[in-house]
Amino acid sequence: MTSGSLPAATVPRPLPAGPVTEVYLFGTCLVDLFTPSAGVSTVRLLQREGVRVIFPQGQSCCGQPAYNSGHPEEARAVARAQIPLFSKDIPIVIPSGSCGGMIRQHWPHLFAGQPEEAAACAIAARIWELSEFLLHVLKVSLEDHGAPETVTWHSSCHAMREMGLTDEPKRLLGQLKNVTVAPLQRERECCGFGGTFAVRHADVSAAMVADKCADIESTGAATVLGGDCGCLMNISGALDQKRSAVGSQHLADYLWERTQ
Amino acid sequence: MSHAPHQTHDFRAGIDAGLHDTTLRANFRRAMDGLMTKRAKQFEDPQEWTRLRALGQEIRQRALSKLPDLLERLEENCTRNGIHVHWAEDVAQANAIILGILQQRGITTVVKGKSMVSEEMHLNAFLGGHGIRALEADLGEYIIQLAGQMPCHIVMPAIHLNKTQIADLFADKLGTSPDGQDAEALTAIAREKLREEFRTAGAGISGVNFPVAETGTLCLIENEGNGRMVTTVPPVHIAVTGIEKVVENLEDVTPLLRLLTRSATGQPITTYVNMISGPRRGADQDGPQEVHLVLIDFGRSRVYADPETRQTLQCIRCAACMNHCPVYVRVGGHAYGGVYPGPIGKILTPQLNGLAEYPDHPSASSLCNACVEVCPVKIPIAQMLVRLRNEKAGKGTGAVQDAGSGGSLLEDAAWKAWATTYSSPLAYRVASAAMTAVGNALPASAPLLKAWTSVRTKPRFAAQSLHRTLKEMGVADE
Repeated sequence: MTSGSLPAATVPRPLPAGPVTEVYLFGTCLVDLFTPSAGVSTVRLLQREGVRVIFPQGQSCCGQPAYNSGHPEEARAVARAQIPLFSKDIPIVIPSGSCGGMIRQHWPHLFAGQPEEAAACAIAARIWELSEFLLHVLKVSLEDHGAPETVTWHSSCHAMREMGLTDEPKRLLGQLKNVTVAPLQRERECCGFGGTFAVRHADVSAAMVADKCADIESTGAATVLGGDCGCLMNISGALDQKRSAVGSQHLADYLWERTQ
Repeated sequence: MSHAPHQTHDFRAGIDAGLHDTTLRANFRRAMDGLMTKRAKQFEDPQEWTRLRALGQEIRQRALSKLPDLLERLEENCTRNGIHVHWAEDVAQANAIILGILQQRGITTVVKGKSMVSEEMHLNAFLGGHGIRALEADLGEYIIQLAGQMPCHIVMPAIHLNKTQIADLFADKLGTSPDGQDAEALTAIAREKLREEFRTAGAGISGVNFPVAETGTLCLIENEGNGRMVTTVPPVHIAVTGIEKVVENLEDVTPLLRLLTRSATGQPITTYVNMISGPRRGADQDGPQEVHLVLIDFGRSRVYADPETRQTLQCIRCAACMNHCPVYVRVGGHAYGGVYPGPIGKILTPQLNGLAEYPDHPSASSLCNACVEVCPVKIPIAQMLVRLRNEKAGKGTGAVQDAGSGGSLLEDAAWKAWATTYSSPLAYRVASAAMTAVGNALPASAPLLKAWTSVRTKPRFAAQSLHRTLKEMGVADE
């Protein structure tokens, strides 16, 4: 991939002081039950950089499903249960821009005026989406051992607009010398997932994901990559339904597999 | 404010119609792509954008924070300039005020500039019912008036129609040839028809982009010159606007204009910027003999009363939110039913007209935040949609009209059960073991899965959860 057309990498937020030797992993509920491989690859990518990973087994979900569905009390109950599990002042890495965005942007709002407000805000400040953490904090340098391949990238809405990512995933892919990233038309447009939106407004969601799949297929890429299991579940489900030849994979799995 | 019960708007039927009309889908896609590209070219410097929109937000928030005071000053200064100021709490009052002005002067024909507030009033139909002909003079509005439709977009009301459709409409209604008409020729047809109307109309009715409190000036922008004509040629000019639009001083107007025109149409500035400061004076060669300003509430006071929902009123009506909305581009403006479509309509309409009348508006969003990213005054539209979802489910503060109207005991119970499971590590462990063991046996026709599997394969639970896998790998659990 040529990255000449991309603007200089930006560091969107202050980096942790001093070298990072230990992090928490927030696995997310979708990864936990549907794509655990993405969580495992995340652990391996971090461990390879000499970082010790802690996975509090008591964790479940950031609370977003209820939060977005008009049930803040239930969202708070679930989010509240996560807070004490991530108490050490170390970064929390999350392989999902959407769950990361929930914690970073919405937890402070959700806990405003609540006893846990300060703790929730502290966690919000320590949450890092996987690709920004690998690129900006660990400054990884990836060695590609895979065969030449063309992929395309779907950037998830919440990674960009809530976590403030720009092109971090594509910069990581750019380090893989045998990988070409084919530009995706309307890369920044939503795939139509939106949690309960996909079932509440199934027709609109279906039209959105159909257009997304058509754009993906027209790139000629063998695989579409993403950093969010919600988007990937939506896109891969629609690609599979139409028996498309294009596969899909989480960025963490792809990076780990290529660099073995 | 009192509110008459209305019929529930069937958003889903509108969505269905929009989604399956391939011409409409193509018209919107082409138009919105063009608008997004033009806007992006205007804001290529991210630092300028960040600085300018922060200023825009500050100006609008400051104005709203002193709204009662600014409205008093606006009235005082307008009156000093010779502008008659009227106040209307609801649609009936506003319509009666305008009808009174026209009837007292025996006026039977009015020309109109583009005004979304007048759409809220259904003013044309109301005046028509009293024997007064109101003719839209903005080209887009003129087209949809001929077609008997509502605007589908707040800046470009006829953007859902392509040139061929407009040529056919003109042929049908005006008797012109439907063949070989390009945009210029169609514009010329409308211009010729309208010119005579400007000359003979008894009054002009317009909206206002920014009423300025400090000077009593009405700022109105447009591209076609119809706004200039409507506000200067007829002997009477009546401006209508929402109470929330007022800004404090003239210096506030410049940054807002720079944000508005660039966000709306990708223009550095519109062709016309009208600063109306009263009727014709002494030696003036032109201008109306009378200027009236009708300030309307129509539910805005209620939106204003809550500090969070108040942010809705920061809107400067640029339409960037709908131009960038993946839902709007697919369903089209008419699906939304109300006067304001797209993301701003989804938060404004249910607040002005009630959640009971527009129950599907808050949920019809993937919360992708594309609107939030481009809003020039930083309205947290996604956060407001979530707030309206809370209010609809009866889980908010009750500040929004018809709060709780969408409450469902079944849904409440489902979320409670979800929270109980997901907030207890033990319960979650048991549930996730069950889901990975038997979840895939759920039939694709199960309630929520049915909607999902209409175009997608069933999501597959992994054989073993991440929790278990990492435990087996010996990853620290601290």
